[in-house]
Amino acid sequence: MESVKSAVRIFFRGLGLCGLLLATLVTPTPGLGQVTDDSPHFGASFEDGQRFSLADYNTQIVVFGAGLLGFAAGLVGCFALLRRQALVGDALSHATLPGIAGAFILVSFFGGNGKGIGWLLLGATITGVFGTLVMIGIQRLPRLKPDTSLGIVLSVFFGAGIVLITLAQQMESGHAAGLESFIYGKAASMLRSDAQLIAITALGVSLLVGLFFKELKLLCFDEGFAVARGYSRFWLDGLVMGLVTIVTVIGLQAVGLILIIALLVTPAAAARFWTNSLGWMCLISATFGAAASVGGALLSAWATDLPSGAMIVLMCSGIFVLSLLFGPTKGIIFKSTSLYHPAVSETQ
Amino acid sequence: MMRLFSEWYWPLDGWIVLAGILCAVSASLIGNFLVLRRMSLLGDAISHAILPGLAIAFLWSASRSGWPVFVAAVAVGILTAFLSQLIHRQGRVDEGAAMGVVFTTLFAAGLLLINHSAKYVDLDPSCVLYGAIEFTPLDQVQFLELSIPRVVLVLSAVAVVNLLFVTLLFKELQITTFAPELAKTMGIPGGLIHYSLMALVAVTAVAAFESVGSILVVAMFIVPPAAALLITDRLSRVIFVSTLIGAAGATLGHVMAIAVPPWFGFRSASTAGMMAVAVGFLFLGACLLGPRHGLLVNAYRFGINRLEIAFEDIIAFLYRRGERAPQQYYRMIEISEQLKQSAWFLRLALWVNRRKGLVQSFSEGLKLTPLGTQRAQEVVRSHRLWETYLAEELSMPTERLHDAAEDLEHFTDKELRTKLGEAVSAQEDPHGTPIPPE
Repeated sequence: MESVKSAVRIFFRGLGLCGLLLATLVTPTPGLGQVTDDSPHFGASFEDGQRFSLADYNTQIVVFGAGLLGFAAGLVGCFALLRRQALVGDALSHATLPGIAGAFILVSFFGGNGKGIGWLLLGATITGVFGTLVMIGIQRLPRLKPDTSLGIVLSVFFGAGIVLITLAQQMESGHAAGLESFIYGKAASMLRSDAQLIAITALGVSLLVGLFFKELKLLCFDEGFAVARGYSRFWLDGLVMGLVTIVTVIGLQAVGLILIIALLVTPAAAARFWTNSLGWMCLISATFGAAASVGGALLSAWATDLPSGAMIVLMCSGIFVLSLLFGPTKGIIFKSTSLYHPAVSETQ
Repeated sequence: MMRLFSEWYWPLDGWIVLAGILCAVSASLIGNFLVLRRMSLLGDAISHAILPGLAIAFLWSASRSGWPVFVAAVAVGILTAFLSQLIHRQGRVDEGAAMGVVFTTLFAAGLLLINHSAKYVDLDPSCVLYGAIEFTPLDQVQFLELSIPRVVLVLSAVAVVNLLFVTLLFKELQITTFAPELAKTMGIPGGLIHYSLMALVAVTAVAAFESVGSILVVAMFIVPPAAALLITDRLSRVIFVSTLIGAAGATLGHVMAIAVPPWFGFRSASTAGMMAVAVGFLFLGACLLGPRHGLLVNAYRFGINRLEIAFEDIIAFLYRRGERAPQQYYRMIEISEQLKQSAWFLRLALWVNRRKGLVQSFSEGLKLTPLGTQRAQEVVRSHRLWETYLAEELSMPTERLHDAAEDLEHFTDKELRTKLGEAVSAQEDPHGTPIPPE
């Protein structure tokens, strides 16, 4: 009876998250067209006579895709942050580079289209997962702390990636220019298929988080109890790492491997200032991520010389600073005036 | 390999390797303290965050080198460390997350600035990441009537500064790293040391930045110290070993960059990237072969230990059989069945211990030598003494005595046996077999 109940609960929880996600999926599109018509000032600063328009199909795709990516990254980032592995995305995103370059070289060598996004993402996933395993392995060595394991994976894998990129550039069969766009990201050139991929990923990630919410919560707040209840720490940590890997690999193209870190870290860190409940923290963080991405993409579409990746990161940072100052539970301003005892919030 | 020798050209490759070594040494000198203070990723954070500093300096001085670049980058580097600390303390944000927020923000701001000013300055972000260590020998300056590449000169200066910092402030760095509370009571200015360290991280990152690429310096900050920590214990030795590993990685990296790509039909590969990979391989080597914690070394030790124990089990078995039935030779199959160990494992145990001259192998089977009988008697005596002791003194149930004694017999020396002999009163073990004399 108990298990049926909990299964039903999990099902509804997942359904709720899906519904929420679908809402974010559907709402931006009709809303966008209206903004353009009502706000002529948007186009004013445009120089090249090229009118900025939110009715523009490309802009819609970019805003839509970036928003969903921000949503997924914000959601996953919460768990990485609470596991004190906030920068795991940093190491993972660097670890994907050799996979991307290696996939390009191999596929081109066998006569395929080396820039086929499927191959590149497959390569990125393989080295990303491998990097994760190496990280876990290093952490089991004596003396070396988690931060060192991240740093080692980050620098060595990235070095290997750069080696492979210089090799790829010497290939006759394919043209490697553009591989580097994975480092800096090119949200503005997002295609419909990319946005669809992001949408599917975001849906999958939200579903997984919804299904395993209770287990992940236990892992974050009472690891010992989770292990005592018979949950495998390895697999739960693997789930968190896996979710981070998925979001990183998918987000590479949009915001680049350095700036995806911001989407994974900043919204979650900002959300922490607003609530002490994990459920709310996830929702707030996902919303922050989505809002920052949409805002950044819009700003970048509005002014020509603002790169979208950088704008998204700066929007995230803006939200973080506001949260740091004005967050009701831990924000600097309210902390000094509230009766809330800091020790109580520390135990959370 | 021949190709390597024919392509190696000292006036060029020598300088490149020297630049790599200098970068490796200066980075690993202070990297030790980053790793020990759990701030490994600060090198990475600072090397990304100095982008806006570089951009501002470019805009201001319109050149890619010189003092403005240095000052601006160091300022932004210290700012990164300061802001991370501030957010960590004030907002109670996880240290890593605080760092992540700060450096991605600064990096994004730097990208914006560069993008904005792309018309005025020639700054390629990818050059910053990859570095252009291959072009080291091209930009030479006169120094003491010698023509030296500018990069080598700059990196030597940084290496000397870092070396002075680490040697002169060794005690202070050690205490603030391992016992910050003690440092406080001793009146050592921890904050000052911390920010000087951060400043040097920034200086090293900037110096390495335009010459060898930021990724190489990030690798050299972390990987050689981590490898050294697996190899040795004392801080001064760890620092020394880490510089050696860094230097070896730099040399090996350049050799690999020339030698490896031709195997796969390519011309050459990024030297900076290869140096990072090479130092990664050295780290793997330290993981496997480190004298104290190396995985292979430990596995070897464990294996040898198991073989020793198996060997002692064999001679003890031969001795016990000799007690009951005076049959002279025993076949391996028989022993393996009795000891429940595979025959090849026991053969390996015999082979490893063949020099001890305890067991003789004949065509009919195995037999103990006189020396072997003596040694086996000691093992069996230990076993039976333990059984008696555990039964008499600790009232252990009889059915569990054998297994416990089976483990203990291998770690009992003569002194302990004498004491056990004094402690037990019986002349026979609980199963009724006599305890052999020493």
